Amino acid sequence: MSGAEFVPLSLTPMLIGVCVAIACALPGNFLVLRKQALIGDAISHVVLPGIVVAFLVTGAVTTWPMLLGAAGAAIISVAAIEAVRRLGRIEPGAAMGVIFTTMFAGGVLLLEQSDTSSVHLDVEHALFGNLESLIWLDATGWSSLVDPVALAGLPVELVRMAATLVGVALFVALFWRPLKISTFDEGFARTIGMRTRPLGLALVIVSAIAAVAAFDAVGSIIVIAMFICPPAAARLMTNRLEHQVAWSVVFATLAAVTGYVLAGYGPLWIGYVSSVSAAGMIATVSGVILAVAALTGPHRLRGGAAKEI
Amino acid sequence: MILDALFLQLGYNATLVTIGAMLLGMAAGVGGTFLFLRKRALVSDAISHATLPGVGLAFMVMVALGGEGRNLIGLLAGAAVSAGVGLLIVNWLSTRTRLAEDAAIGAVLSVFFGFGIVLLTVIQSMNAGRQAGLEGFLLGSTAGMLRSDALIIAVSAAFTLVLVMLLRRPLTLASFDPEYAAASGQNVVRTDLAMMGLVLAVTVVGLKIVGLILIVALLIIPPVTARFWTERTDHVVLISGAVGGTAAYVGASISAALPDMPTGPIIVLVGFALFLISLLLAPKRGVLAAYLGHRRFQRRVHLRQGLLALAQGQPIYERLTLRLLRRAGWARRDGVATAEGRGRAGRALLDETRWQLIRRDPSFEAAAAHYDGLTPIERVLTPDQIAEIDARIPAPKEVTT
Repeated sequence: MSGAEFVPLSLTPMLIGVCVAIACALPGNFLVLRKQALIGDAISHVVLPGIVVAFLVTGAVTTWPMLLGAAGAAIISVAAIEAVRRLGRIEPGAAMGVIFTTMFAGGVLLLEQSDTSSVHLDVEHALFGNLESLIWLDATGWSSLVDPVALAGLPVELVRMAATLVGVALFVALFWRPLKISTFDEGFARTIGMRTRPLGLALVIVSAIAAVAAFDAVGSIIVIAMFICPPAAARLMTNRLEHQVAWSVVFATLAAVTGYVLAGYGPLWIGYVSSVSAAGMIATVSGVILAVAALTGPHRLRGGAAKEI
Repeated sequence: MILDALFLQLGYNATLVTIGAMLLGMAAGVGGTFLFLRKRALVSDAISHATLPGVGLAFMVMVALGGEGRNLIGLLAGAAVSAGVGLLIVNWLSTRTRLAEDAAIGAVLSVFFGFGIVLLTVIQSMNAGRQAGLEGFLLGSTAGMLRSDALIIAVSAAFTLVLVMLLRRPLTLASFDPEYAAASGQNVVRTDLAMMGLVLAVTVVGLKIVGLILIVALLIIPPVTARFWTERTDHVVLISGAVGGTAAYVGASISAALPDMPTGPIIVLVGFALFLISLLLAPKRGVLAAYLGHRRFQRRVHLRQGLLALAQGQPIYERLTLRLLRRAGWARRDGVATAEGRGRAGRALLDETRWQLIRRDPSFEAAAAHYDGLTPIERVLTPDQIAEIDARIPAPKEVTT
């Protein structure tokens, strides 16, 4: 395959996929260890009404109002879940279930009620995204990577996702020790004077930012899969958090690249004409990776820590 | 229009769908209760998302065999099989590997759903046009449903409801107290499987009505709502069934009567409205009841402390205390006690003195444990005991100069 075809059509979606995958997998490591893995699922459901409201207010599919709307909806949902949990004395899982299904239902209803037929905004788009369409029209080949004129035409999603990835990575790197200690032993973290509640909240907020930024580009299904599958698979490979994070980055990258290639070119290899959903394929590949890890991973069983010492 | 729909006047199909939705809602409410009591509410989310690849595969198989791809029974059977596989994987991941249940749920949910999306795009390219309707399984669509489909849904919802009601006793026991259930000879593992089978049945039947993304709401919201109204498991089951049935019935009616009202979301929102009402207004666990109870308690504490201050001649600066005393007619605006107030204050001080005495005496330990600064001592001690205490209160001494 020549650079003239690959760079404009496949390079940017693939890079965006990789950025999304890593940006979600990094906080996902901590969420999985803290047994909050389903937060990614909840966030990706609740942002729908926020995006629809932002669209109704501005009347156009523009990036910043939608990101703000999504972030607002995410904050409202966190507050609502907390309120239901405290006021109703309901276990967190059920409280989450009540709120995220209701907000998603509200979003769908708003979408159906309003006239969005003229623009590309529908439930399917929110779920699967449209990774394939994020192409780089100004590129002519590998040489475009050093051509400032062509670089100015990079899809804005790539720039935004890269920035999000840098932000998430900085957060994880800066708060590495507090995050690690409070994740494994919250009581100890509090004893040595760490403020674990704000830290936990910050983790959720960073996850939400990653999810919302990714959501716009690639839809919710990759987001949920990347929050959970690479970290979960990595968890089965090692007992050390440092290694687990490294493994999860490897798995996330692998899933994004393989998934994209399989979706874009796989059907052609077996004789079909058109490609399949890249978002779905990336999620599927991450599931295959998790399955392999669950069947063969060196630390797949409970109590692996005791054996190693 | 809505009234017509509520009274089932919108034609045979709409009526069948509405009744089917109601039966399904009842079955989901009852079945969901056990899931909720077992604290496994979100497992149903994995099950429902895991139906999608089954629907896609069933469609492809039926088309490959030369049949009509949209046969509802075939699609639902496919959904049931893949949801069952998803459920088994969740169980396997959370029991046989070190992953926690939430990670297992999320993994199965996203991967199965993603794979389902891949299959949907394959179907789209396979034979454009003929696949119309599979997206309806995402959010449910009852508009333009075939009569035979409506009949299938109504009958299978009724069947599920009967099944839930038959299994109610063992499920209640196992979900309320698994250890006791196991000790009394019940096979809890099998009961758990039966529970998950029921959830699976509800999910599959609900696919066409509510859609796979929102069916989980029908399993979670009714039991959470019911929990506000009662402390008894068997009542939670019944109320939850009623809430689920009402939400589904009203939701399906509204959706049938008005344009652009997708069935699934409307049912969920009606359920949420019921939940909100319960959260605010339930007699014991509701927010309003809790607030009123708190205010009542606050008033009692302020009155008591105010009376003690009056009795000891201390000035009262607390505004709420003063206002309450004045409203009761026990103090004047400037904080001076009225005649009745002086009497009440004397009694309060005597009560407090008695309490302080018995709290110092180990032989009254049990009674003294009831001290909260509010309970009158007469409620804890007999008149004889009080007389005994009173004997210990030092008598006023004559003042000599």
